[in-house]
Amino acid sequence: MKGWKDLEIGAITKAGSADEYNTGSWRAFRPQWIEENCIQCLFCWIYCPDSAVTVKDGKRGEFDYLHCKGCGICARECPGKKGKKAIVMVEEGK
Amino acid sequence: MSTTPLRLKELSKKDELLTGGHRLCAGCGAPIAVRQVLLAAEMPVIASNATGCLEVSTTIYPYSAWKIPWIHTAFENAAATISGVEAMYRSLKKQGKIKERIKFIAFGGDGGTYDIGFQSLSGAMERGHDIVYICYDNGAYMNTGIQRSSATPLGANTTTSPAGSVIPGKVQPRKNLTKIMAAHGIPYVAQTTPAHWRDLMTKVRKALDVDGPAFINVLASCNRGWRTPTDTTIADTKMAVETCFWPLYEYENGRLTINYKPKEKKPVTEFLKTQGRFKHLFSPENEGILERAQELVDREWEALLREESLYKSEEEKA
Repeated sequence: MKGWKDLEIGAITKAGSADEYNTGSWRAFRPQWIEENCIQCLFCWIYCPDSAVTVKDGKRGEFDYLHCKGCGICARECPGKKGKKAIVMVEEGK
Repeated sequence: MSTTPLRLKELSKKDELLTGGHRLCAGCGAPIAVRQVLLAAEMPVIASNATGCLEVSTTIYPYSAWKIPWIHTAFENAAATISGVEAMYRSLKKQGKIKERIKFIAFGGDGGTYDIGFQSLSGAMERGHDIVYICYDNGAYMNTGIQRSSATPLGANTTTSPAGSVIPGKVQPRKNLTKIMAAHGIPYVAQTTPAHWRDLMTKVRKALDVDGPAFINVLASCNRGWRTPTDTTIADTKMAVETCFWPLYEYENGRLTINYKPKEKKPVTEFLKTQGRFKHLFSPENEGILERAQELVDREWEALLREESLYKSEEEKA
């Protein structure tokens, strides 16, 4: 029988390892970024529950579809440009 | 070290300390709040986390969404655990073994804060540990399937306050925990929401800056328990503030400041009507509950205004 010293460490030893986990498969609707309507307000980024809006050097990048669960907060909060949204939700598989 | 300005462009250049891939529901308010808290901190932080949705869903073995030292504790002792860590830090610092300035945060939901962890929270605050306790209040035990807590608002339908012919949802009003924490006489107490990101982050910075205990109560919507669509998280939370159901205020060394006063205070029904948990309140027999809900909001808001004006008139005299 194994002694306690032989047991494997029962803790998560890699910080932020959830990053490798796919929650994108939960999605029923996919957010689509329309760059020409984007005013770079970054509301989509600050309100994302899943850290799934990438931003580089203060500018928006693509969605991180590995983590985005398709809640649609970003699309709803997007002010867009001249009444045209920079994020729209599209049904997956369409 | 210079402080990152509270502008999204600048903040977005900081490291993301809560990764995606956690298993909180789509549209959950809690991780939005946590991301903002961690983005606001300008020094290394260590967190303890009471049992609850946040703790369970961010650390499903063998994964963790946290990029900071993080300790799971039981439901009742997030504040006690972080007190111990802070006491150890003080000792190590005194011994010269740590030079760095580190701060300590406890996260708990309303169940772990208003109810089960209340004694350890109260104790930690009274002992004066240099910690920040952040409660994300979604108004029920959502993790175990929506049971009422002492944070659940009057009239809400939960599995343990089921609306029907016997009771019209929860019969008691919610406990005002922010006020109770203010009554502890600690240096900093505030109430905010992740929909008001600048307000939240300003408050987190103030809380981290004080030398001593701080408490922040954050309204975090739960679309499962509130019975709302996944995309209205921010909109619903904003409405809680516009109706004064959840006023934005802070106590700095005992002095109250109301951080936002709606130009036109909306009726509380504007907050209630979009949520399925209050749907039954809109049938004629429950009219009285709606009136009572409005009274409770009015009473709290007017008391806050009166209290603030008291401080202001005292200052004018001085």
